[in-house]
Amino acid sequence: MAAELHVELVAADRQVWSGEATLVVARTTSGDIGVMPGHQPLLGVLESGPVTIRTSDGATVVAAVHGGFISFADNKLSLLAEIAELSDEIDVQRVERELERAKAEGDASAERRAEVRLRAVSGS
Amino acid sequence: MGAQLRVYKRRIRSVSATKKITKAMEMIAASRVVKAQRKVVASTPYATELTRAVTAVGTGSNTKHPLTTQAETVTRSAVLLLTSDRGLAGAFNSNAIKAAEQLTERLEREGRQVDTYIVGRRGVAHYNFRERKITESWTGFTDEPTYADAKKVAAPLIEAIETATAGGGVDELHIVYTEFVSMMTQTAIDSRLLPLSLEEVAEETPAKGEILPLYEFEPSAEDVLDALLPRYVESRIYNALLQSAASKHAATRRAMKSATDNAGELINTLSRLANAARQAEITQEISEIVGGASALADATAGSDK
Repeated sequence: MAAELHVELVAADRQVWSGEATLVVARTTSGDIGVMPGHQPLLGVLESGPVTIRTSDGATVVAAVHGGFISFADNKLSLLAEIAELSDEIDVQRVERELERAKAEGDASAERRAEVRLRAVSGS
Repeated sequence: MGAQLRVYKRRIRSVSATKKITKAMEMIAASRVVKAQRKVVASTPYATELTRAVTAVGTGSNTKHPLTTQAETVTRSAVLLLTSDRGLAGAFNSNAIKAAEQLTERLEREGRQVDTYIVGRRGVAHYNFRERKITESWTGFTDEPTYADAKKVAAPLIEAIETATAGGGVDELHIVYTEFVSMMTQTAIDSRLLPLSLEEVAEETPAKGEILPLYEFEPSAEDVLDALLPRYVESRIYNALLQSAASKHAATRRAMKSATDNAGELINTLSRLANAARQAEITQEISEIVGGASALADATAGSDK
């Protein structure tokens, strides 16, 4: 399959990942959406959740994304997130500790963030 | 050692100690400028993409939003002033404060009430000393602002804009910060952040004349705009914070460089004075010895008779 789309995953303070991909799956507020090359121009609001990028060489990149936007036009896809981490950057033990702490303190948003991170790691 | 000489020596020692300190501060500031500049660059992709997205919604739909609609009569404005926590940066803070005061004066002449929001201890201290009212202030992160800090600053401002003016809200938001032009030039500027004019945003997009495609909005244009605009404001504030931090470090570096230069000059002058004092002392000692010897010789010659 020759068709590819260019993906830029950017967080507020850095560029997290960029490259060519054949499929990107992200979670918007109205459900999961899969974008393949040649998709109609799209602008959506992301929920915090894992984003899966299938790169053109067959590998899979998973990132935990917390809030943000997806925009696609001219075969260029941008994922904008306030916080975004690749699954290999995530320290599982630390996240588990964070999750426990969040549960203990009843901090719902921190708990959700930790869960999304864990899911991004286990999904890869 | 004569008293005069001792005084000079002591002063040279104290100035050299000061020089060492200012030199170290200069070098620290220089390395921080580079770091801060790198952060500005790192935040650019996000800002660019966000601007593109805002333009896309702005041109692709006729949605109205409190953050983009101009109030018919502006009765209250908010001014966000970015200063630094620490001084020793030459005119950096006073320039920013002066710009904010000019803006406040202009707005008040136009019959608006001005709410002041301040970032940085220097600005807070300035306003407190003059017993002016500060609506809200933040301190402690101006050297290395993070995105979370920008969010913290943006939240009450966005809330104030969204509140009706009668209920204590504001109609527009101005931001005063120091733009980092280059290592040598930083200028305090003020700009209106809100209400956002989508035409202006479109002009700022780097790729001018690019025709934006018709987007499909997920879930809807209103919802996207709702989520997008606060992020846009946050990212603008983040950028202003970063530029202000970079400018502060550049100003510190410059101030410390001239302090180091001045200390060097002072040491030179003092060493010359000390040398002259030492020479004078030696001359005096010699003439004393010669005078003493000749007096002694005269006395012996007298007793011989």
